Amino acid sequence: MTGLRDALLTRDETRLPGRRDEDWRWTDLRGTLRPMPVLSEAVQPLAPFDAPQGVQVRRFAAPATAGTAEASLSVAAGETLVLLDRVEAGEGPYARDLALHITLGEGATLHRLVLAADSAEAVSMSLTTVALAAGATLHQTVLATGAKRQRIATTVAHPGGGAHARLDGAYLLSGARHSDQTTILDHRGPGGSSEQLIRGVAADQGRGVFQGRITVAEGADGTDARLKHNALLLSGRAEIDAKPELEIYADDVACAHGNTVGALDAEALFYAMSRGIPEAEARLMLVEAFIGEIVERIGAPALQDAARAFLADGLEALRR
Amino acid sequence: MLHIDNLHVSVADKPIIKGLTLDLPAGQVHAIMGPNGAGKSTLSYTLAGRGGYEVTGGTATLDGDDLLALDPAARAAKGVFLSFQYPLEIPGVPALTFVRTALNAQRKARGEAEIGAPEFLKRARATAAALKMDFEMLRRGLNVGFSGGEKKRMEIFQMAMLEPRLLILDETDSGLDIDALRIVSEGVNALRSEGRSMLVITHYQRLLDYIRPDRVHVLAAGRIVASGGPELALELERDGYDKYASAA
Repeated sequence: MTGLRDALLTRDETRLPGRRDEDWRWTDLRGTLRPMPVLSEAVQPLAPFDAPQGVQVRRFAAPATAGTAEASLSVAAGETLVLLDRVEAGEGPYARDLALHITLGEGATLHRLVLAADSAEAVSMSLTTVALAAGATLHQTVLATGAKRQRIATTVAHPGGGAHARLDGAYLLSGARHSDQTTILDHRGPGGSSEQLIRGVAADQGRGVFQGRITVAEGADGTDARLKHNALLLSGRAEIDAKPELEIYADDVACAHGNTVGALDAEALFYAMSRGIPEAEARLMLVEAFIGEIVERIGAPALQDAARAFLADGLEALRR
Repeated sequence: MLHIDNLHVSVADKPIIKGLTLDLPAGQVHAIMGPNGAGKSTLSYTLAGRGGYEVTGGTATLDGDDLLALDPAARAAKGVFLSFQYPLEIPGVPALTFVRTALNAQRKARGEAEIGAPEFLKRARATAAALKMDFEMLRRGLNVGFSGGEKKRMEIFQMAMLEPRLLILDETDSGLDIDALRIVSEGVNALRSEGRSMLVITHYQRLLDYIRPDRVHVLAAGRIVASGGPELALELERDGYDKYASAA
């Protein structure tokens, strides 16, 4: 699904996806990466910083010009892993492509928080593929502050069998930043469930993209799949593009998707101001509350703290 | 305290308030009564500074300061408090956080020191107890899942915590049963003081049995058409607003 990696490794820019590719029309790389950057080095995992207890931390540095990394990870049957992936912002323009392949064994649980920071001039792509076994639980939350082009894609191969996947996310965009969260949830067997809640905020000329595809294969009966994307536009020049898709080939399924894009509630804003909270502060308070629900849903307390700190920085950027 | 002179207000280019003049001295409680559509809510929203209420003429000053030139937050810092007829729900912002943010923003605007967490919590507990509110409710999202009566009590809680100088109560009695009305009124009466004025806007006389006004004004078709003592409210309750329809 990501063509940046191929293009970087082969130095063949015709492999870059562009606006004519259906899944990339809001995240055009071909028109953006010109000329193609030269691969500088592989993206090295950095030494974990003071990791909270029980949390495995991985950090990815920004390459000088361009870099890729690919890794695999598996959680054995019945085990639980709490994972914090921090993608660090570098300086200036760079291109980065990260791929991670996750396998969850039977009854395994993964709590994963992705904190995606990038420079405003970066092109930053990541793809996570997750294969769930029966009874496995995936709780993933992606928090992103955008880049020149940023995509965080997750695909889940869902066997049903009581497994549950939650893919949450939030983006906070200011300046001319772009962020794309793309999910593909593939329900392949009966008796599986999934839920997704994505909240986004675009200020200035920010551009938020959400693409969520849920497929329920033939025979994946009794699947319960829910997806919701809500976004706030804080300026007349900001843009949100959303494409929720459902493809259902099974019987007796409960699938729902909802998508809303709107402005901050003017009534709530007036209410807060009428109590003495200045407009800028009242706006931030309402934005924080809107995004805060995503953080509240994070199951692992240590990840919740890390998410709060990241969002506080994102909100600070909106204030400027 | 509050001085309104020949105020004209339009909403969506339609004149609603048409030459309203009113003096509310410090320490007094004035009731504004009137039929539906007289402009009661327009008056309260205009004084609080809500968008969409266009002042086309006249003035409104608080202790000589031009209220109409200020944004809603600056008015609040000057001491204006509007108790909403329908208080808003703000999910994700705990009531206590909201009130503390508001209180400290007002103090900052007035050049006062912020209130610390321990002192704030102590005051909040005492205030909630006086209003017979469950303190734990204040840790939840502001007004989220509150009943109509609880929301009104939350308004009085905020009022007591923020200690405004000019209170505007917009149909505070609507949706309240007798017990809630009594508790809310006691909360308001406890705030009556020499330096604090209140504008009690209501359709019915009932609220004024609990919050006794010094003066009663009849608002009809955007103007004050009659003023009198508390007995005027009883007369309105008996005779209705019909005779003022022609006066307007």
